[in-house]
Amino acid sequence: MVVVLAGNLGGMAVPKVCGIETEYGVVLRGAADANPVLASSMLINGYVEHHRVGWDFDDESPDRDARGMVREGAQPPEIETHLVNTVLTNGARYYVDHAHPEYSTPECADALELVVADKAGERVLGRSMQAARRLLEPGQEVVVYKNNSDGKGNSYGTHENYLVDRAVPFASLVRHLLPWFVTRQVFTGAGKVGSENGAAPVDFQLSQRADFFEEEVGLETTLKRPIVNTRDEPHADPQLYRRLHVIAGDANLCEVATYLKVGTMAIVLAMIEDDFFEAAAGQGGRKDYSIVGPVPAMRTVSHDPTCKATVELADGARMTAVEVQWEYLRLAQKYADETGLAMCGGETVGGDVLARWEHVLGELERDPSTLSGQLDWVAKRSLLDAFAGRDGLEWGDPKLALLDLQYHDVRAERSLYERLVRTGKVERLTTEDEVMTATTEAPESTRAWFRGGCLARWPDAVVAANWDSIILDVGGDPLKRIPMMEPLRGSKAHVEDLFATATTPAELVARLAS
Amino acid sequence: MPEQQRRERRTPKERVDEEADEVTAAPSERGEKLKGELDDLLDEIDEVLEENAEDFVKSYVQKGGE
Repeated sequence: MVVVLAGNLGGMAVPKVCGIETEYGVVLRGAADANPVLASSMLINGYVEHHRVGWDFDDESPDRDARGMVREGAQPPEIETHLVNTVLTNGARYYVDHAHPEYSTPECADALELVVADKAGERVLGRSMQAARRLLEPGQEVVVYKNNSDGKGNSYGTHENYLVDRAVPFASLVRHLLPWFVTRQVFTGAGKVGSENGAAPVDFQLSQRADFFEEEVGLETTLKRPIVNTRDEPHADPQLYRRLHVIAGDANLCEVATYLKVGTMAIVLAMIEDDFFEAAAGQGGRKDYSIVGPVPAMRTVSHDPTCKATVELADGARMTAVEVQWEYLRLAQKYADETGLAMCGGETVGGDVLARWEHVLGELERDPSTLSGQLDWVAKRSLLDAFAGRDGLEWGDPKLALLDLQYHDVRAERSLYERLVRTGKVERLTTEDEVMTATTEAPESTRAWFRGGCLARWPDAVVAANWDSIILDVGGDPLKRIPMMEPLRGSKAHVEDLFATATTPAELVARLAS
Repeated sequence: MPEQQRRERRTPKERVDEEADEVTAAPSERGEKLKGELDDLLDEIDEVLEENAEDFVKSYVQKGGE
């Protein structure tokens, strides 16, 4: 990459198209060989098969995945344990990644859309568990957890993805994102009992993941995990875009936590793209908020549920994570005033994110326990405290570890998070109708709409689908590959007419070519 | 350890009786109501918690990911 001096870019933030990939924890109960790959395959095959039967009455080809792509061979699902990989009509990718079922949401245009898509992923996993029962022996059950750690030193990721202007020097992202990832844990953490991976003992910490970060910057995701991940796989026009792959985050169940996690990140990235930190520094602000030793600082912040611990900045100042967050917020408010939030969800979502961000920081300073309806770590902590108080439990009691784990159980009847929702203790930003619709329908505002639309209309014609292309079999002729290098093209507004008038894949291709 | 707790756990009925006694002495009825709701929630959760916490947590092992 050509290094351009910051400030000379005259940069323009690009729309913050975003998505979340979640690896779910998985167990196969009641089986002698509890192979997690098999269990994950059963979930996905069970889901796909069930919905093929349910929805696609005309589908007569057993070797092709009704929802999309890559069912190699025609083995029945019972014995198919090789990597399963499907694309759903909602534009999501659902597959086996290593030893976990992984759900990648479709591309979304803003934080609220992504909250819906992420919650829809939980429902897909929920239905998959039910569907998998048909493939299992009596007494067996596949259960998934939306968390990031088994409490024994094994972690699995929840990765966020954001569209970023290719022209932004990566060093600039690193400089502003290291302190960001260290300090945002105060509202993104999903909470965890104890510590792992050689971290100092602690009763309870903010984040599932903090103990696992060992480097500041790098390409790895499984060993020596870096706080800033350098994977460069844009899934879009590489001349224009970068896809920032964020691995330093927890799986959230609280919708407000997901909303803040994504919404604030979008604004911060837009500020970096627009050189806003540098501009503010010229007016007496800090150049950056670089933290001395960000790797140990991740743990310092995570290990302190009072949110009072301080970290040292490169200029010698000591600040709490919340104080650093206040600085980012003040800049973001200024950015919103001067530049607007058109690239980060507009005033409706971006403005709301700013207001909620401010509220959360204020409460974290005043009394974090008031956020038990908004943030996962606080919701979980409140539950643990209530049980500890009633039953006289000490930290280290296995019941508290069980409560921690079962908070993340995705089965509605077992999930402690869902129980908090049902008793009105947790705030929702979505309706269940919206979420269920999003299990089958793609977001309207991105290319996911086109991908999902093709799969819904012509499942047999979609030979393969990927983030940035779709391959159609239109009969006789060679396969047609439709590139989708621009994440915001292919939205409902773009292709509604096309879908309304093209009655076959061949017609669709013909119209696209004309 | 978990078995011991299970034995110590009060039944909902015992808890209700105890609460009834507390209400007369409590300064805030609303506080008591909230506490009652919380107690109900904890009881509900007890009913769906996995059996044998220690073994269950021990058996939850995830290898390979990302």
